[in-house]
Amino acid sequence: MIIISHISAYFPSTPKLLIIAGHYGAGKTNIALNLAYMLHDAGRDVTLIDLDIVNPYFRAADSEASLAAAGIHYINPPFANTNVDIPVLGADIQRVFPLLEQQENATVIFDVGGDNGAVALGRYHAQLTRLGAMMLCVENAYRPLTETPEAMLENLREIEGYSRLRFDAIINNTNLGEATTAEDIIDKMPAMQQFASLAALPILFTTVCAPLDTKNQAFSTLDTPLLSIRNHTRKIF
Amino acid sequence: MGHKVLMKGNEAIAEAAIKNGCLHFFGYPITPQTEISEYLAKRMPQVGGLCLQAESEVAAINMVMGAAASGSRVMTSSSSPGVSLKSEGISYIVGCDLPCVIVNIQRGGPGLGGIQPSQADYYQATKANGHGDLHLFVVAPASVQEMASLTGLAFDVADKYRTPAMILADGALGQMMEPVNFDIEEKTALPEKTWATNGHGGKRKKNIVNSLYMDPLDLENSIKARFARYDEIKANETRWEEVMVEDADIVMVAYGITSRICKTAINAARAKGIKVGLIRPITLWPFPSAALKKAAETAKHFMVCELNMGQMVDDVKVAIDCARPVSFYGRTGGVMPSAEEVLAEIEKIAGGLTK
Repeated sequence: MIIISHISAYFPSTPKLLIIAGHYGAGKTNIALNLAYMLHDAGRDVTLIDLDIVNPYFRAADSEASLAAAGIHYINPPFANTNVDIPVLGADIQRVFPLLEQQENATVIFDVGGDNGAVALGRYHAQLTRLGAMMLCVENAYRPLTETPEAMLENLREIEGYSRLRFDAIINNTNLGEATTAEDIIDKMPAMQQFASLAALPILFTTVCAPLDTKNQAFSTLDTPLLSIRNHTRKIF
Repeated sequence: MGHKVLMKGNEAIAEAAIKNGCLHFFGYPITPQTEISEYLAKRMPQVGGLCLQAESEVAAINMVMGAAASGSRVMTSSSSPGVSLKSEGISYIVGCDLPCVIVNIQRGGPGLGGIQPSQADYYQATKANGHGDLHLFVVAPASVQEMASLTGLAFDVADKYRTPAMILADGALGQMMEPVNFDIEEKTALPEKTWATNGHGGKRKKNIVNSLYMDPLDLENSIKARFARYDEIKANETRWEEVMVEDADIVMVAYGITSRICKTAINAARAKGIKVGLIRPITLWPFPSAALKKAAETAKHFMVCELNMGQMVDDVKVAIDCARPVSFYGRTGGVMPSAEEVLAEIEKIAGGLTK
């Protein structure tokens, strides 16, 4: 429940339409999967839409079986994770918009491709602006090309340009993969706060990926809401 | 603490190229390596370099030849079908004794094949990436950190021996993300390129870069001189990693992403009491034959694992003079084996050894 109240604090109503966008490789798909499971656990009827037209591997489709087992609807682009270079935006996506209007309990999460991949949102611009979506910018201060506040801001503005939408909040997903320490996250907090200040947007969450624990004493100095997440990325070895 | 970043393998190659003084990149997009071009398109203008998307792979490799002839550190990248297209240009570059770096982020073949990871271009990279008597210096990274460090090595070896160097990786290494430390990159002092066609200014004799010889004897001599340099590369630049080989009954041989899968399987096998180790070639040409020959003195069985139908396995047999049985396990067409699958193969062999 905490996740709904937290998102609602920045959003006029119950979160019904979330757009997860941001820099290439910032961790958008993993955030989208975590939010899908959390909102589902909080009682929402969740649909996750894979809108990534950029990435060939490591897609939400890797989690298709566990999403289905959990009872989360998943709209997979036809041919995702096959040998087709660019997954198409399936007709299935259209059916979620009337669903959102009819069903009070429905929540839809768009998992968008990085950087210019956000251009795919343009296809649904009319519906997204009419229904009102909360667009979240996922950034990782350890990613190349978005290591400084200024570079992150430039990336955010580019994505706004590609999508023709404005971001509502930032998710600080700063991490170095499995090796991430609390200090790694804390070290980059000033840069992330500076970015938020430049963008004039709130940091909705700072993520802490298991096995790292949000209760880690080192985090007590941080003035940011922490969100405990799991890594759903497919392991190949 | 060093400067750490979380990178895709493709991005690590691109950034490492810049850190190693590469100022020219000529490419053409193809999955799963396009991030290299994408990254360099953003970074090259920041360092005063040039990233150019050519009209084709054939055009790109010929632009590489021109830039290399002028003495510039230059790179091109592609994936399997695109590398086939570059073959003619690569052969010309060898014939001109020009240094450059060629990246192949392999995908499934033959033909257009697929976009999933593969190691089916081993023969192409190590035996015949173009016509004529030729070799390329071929490195096979197995981590995102090595995608960076071996890019530096590829440039250095290419310059030192005036040869094209190839980074042979696969889609999984190109796309997966790991932390990279860029402060540990080593720089070696480079000899001046006295042969470069960069303008003599009336102060020296003109340099000519060319692969055509009027007299067959001249051509033969140029090839023999190049093969003398190949011998130096074999003596000085062969690299490999050994994991628990000393007491191993079974020695696995795997490179690149497959070696990572094998390491997980080997740890699981060791936990079950099976004595298995790994030799991981880091350079595929030159091949670490001496390390394998030495391991054959104590090992009972060699097991080669690749993402193809069995290519490097031939080099293993040659390296050990068929002194021990050599078996093969692989998946192909873009399919990756799981560590469990590899473990099952190890157990099958271990069962046979105890009988």
